[in-house]
Amino acid sequence: MFIFVARRLAVAIPTLLILVVLSFVLMYAAPGGPFNSERPLPPEVLRNIEAKYGLDQPFWKQIVNYVVGVVTQFDFGPSFQYKDRTVNDVIAQGFPVTLTYGFWSFVVAVTVGVSLGVAAAIKQNTWLDYLAVGISIGAQVLPNFVMAPILLLVFTLWLGWLPGGGWNGGQWEYLIMPVLALSTSYMASIARITRSSMLEVLNTNFIRTAQAKGLPMRRVIWHHAMKPAMLPVLSYLGPAFVGMITGSVVIDVIFSTGGIGQFFVNSAFNRDYSVIMGITILVGTLTILFNLAVDILYAWIDPKIRY
Amino acid sequence: MLPNPSTVESVAAAMDMAELRGRSLWADARTRFSRNKAAVVSLVLLILIGAFAVFGSYLTTHERDFIDFSLTGRYAYLGVPSFETGHYFGTDADGRDLYARTVQGTGISLMVGAVGALVAVTVGTLYGATAGYFGGRIDGAMMRIVDILMSIPFMFVLILMLVIFGRSIFMLFLGIGLISWLDMARIARGQTMTIKNKEFVEAAHAIGVHPAKIILRHIVPNLLGIVIVYATLLIPNMIIFESFISYLGLGVQEPDTSLGALIGEGARNMGNGVLWQLFFPLFFFVMTIFALFFVGDGLRDALDPKDR
Repeated sequence: MFIFVARRLAVAIPTLLILVVLSFVLMYAAPGGPFNSERPLPPEVLRNIEAKYGLDQPFWKQIVNYVVGVVTQFDFGPSFQYKDRTVNDVIAQGFPVTLTYGFWSFVVAVTVGVSLGVAAAIKQNTWLDYLAVGISIGAQVLPNFVMAPILLLVFTLWLGWLPGGGWNGGQWEYLIMPVLALSTSYMASIARITRSSMLEVLNTNFIRTAQAKGLPMRRVIWHHAMKPAMLPVLSYLGPAFVGMITGSVVIDVIFSTGGIGQFFVNSAFNRDYSVIMGITILVGTLTILFNLAVDILYAWIDPKIRY
Repeated sequence: MLPNPSTVESVAAAMDMAELRGRSLWADARTRFSRNKAAVVSLVLLILIGAFAVFGSYLTTHERDFIDFSLTGRYAYLGVPSFETGHYFGTDADGRDLYARTVQGTGISLMVGAVGALVAVTVGTLYGATAGYFGGRIDGAMMRIVDILMSIPFMFVLILMLVIFGRSIFMLFLGIGLISWLDMARIARGQTMTIKNKEFVEAAHAIGVHPAKIILRHIVPNLLGIVIVYATLLIPNMIIFESFISYLGLGVQEPDTSLGALIGEGARNMGNGVLWQLFFPLFFFVMTIFALFFVGDGLRDALDPKDR
């Protein structure tokens, strides 16, 4: 097990480094700097500003400084746009918000998706099954940026039940729509995957044996079928995580929740490279760590994987 | 005799040949497909949507980028959908004809799907088949690259690229091309591993056929079924991907538009009582994705060898 984890880490760390270097090179290659505005600054002023941000140093020095700063102190440097803030300040402000509704979206997608899928598999070809399959097919064509306006239209404009945006410290009224919009399509996919893998497991010999022993259905499902049936779901969690963290950009923009996505898009319009890079690297790190955790969990659950 | 395919383009040729040689197989798939009602209806729907995107602009006299200043500030009641003004789908906030814009948006979305699928089929299949055929260390290295690329949150990197190199349709296509082949490479590799130990590959190997030729002529045609299925299932994801970026305003730039950009505009104007600006693009988007999913599902049932 230790060797397995070590080997996975040996891939994860270079991947992260590649991501950091790649985004730095991309930024360096960008035509025009962050201080090129419509009204050009006097050259000496520009020079001073560039010196302040370290942009006058040679490429190698800049990249080494940046990578060392990121790796040793998680320091992404100053923001070019918000003059009084560093990228770390921006992340510290936005990330807790993203994490809060992201966490709840994940919980909702997994719990509802898995329950729906298991229920549909157990009651195959009943109304419950058709309902679950119907929901999951319908929800598949409703990605977050389609779901969000529909929710807003129904619950804010027509019914007036929920606030149309804002965060307000994460009160539950403000959480419902972001979580629903973000989780729906993943919930649907998880339900579909759970249903088909559960059906497959329920047709295997060891389940038949368990039933023949006279075990109650509940025990068969929970103690025998659940573990193998969850494996495909587990391997879907990685992509789902990436999808949700990406989707948070749209959620932030639509619901003005103030998460990192909002800063990301604003910075994209303002060419605030350091913020974009910082957020990209943060998200990349999270993704890689999450995938690592999923892989380890998978190896731990699945007896067929030898490490 | 078959021509000697040695370039990427020849995959398309190989596709035709596979159809000629294995007629019974493909005819079989056709009957399976036509028995699936949802898939057939979706295919018809898809053809209609395609026709809308291609010929829709001939049905209106309005230009998609003509700004009608007489509607400025009054579009909420002067720009409503009506046959009298010729704005079938109404106008947007700038007084531009929404019908013409929806036609273009649908076209761009379908094109994005097609480009993504094309890159996935050519690059992904060849990459995966090569990795799977050679196996061992080459396979390990090639697949490790795919793993690394897959674990990067690409939306963020693509937006970074769009910011740096300027927002354009070309960059968008490039970005979509960069990621679309990854899944396909994995699928093609897995399938190649099961094919490569079959007798016909062994026979080709035994009489000294060059590996490149074995891959192109013996392995790739046998992958096509599964490749086509996954390419169809990939298209909606590519369309969603592009719409996501355009929704944020970072993708296709004015005066051009795509369904994602139109949905975004409609969503922002939702509170002004101009719901048609949201509904028409949303309708075409949802229908396209829906139809593609069902066609893909139907194709999978018809072509997936596991199901036989």
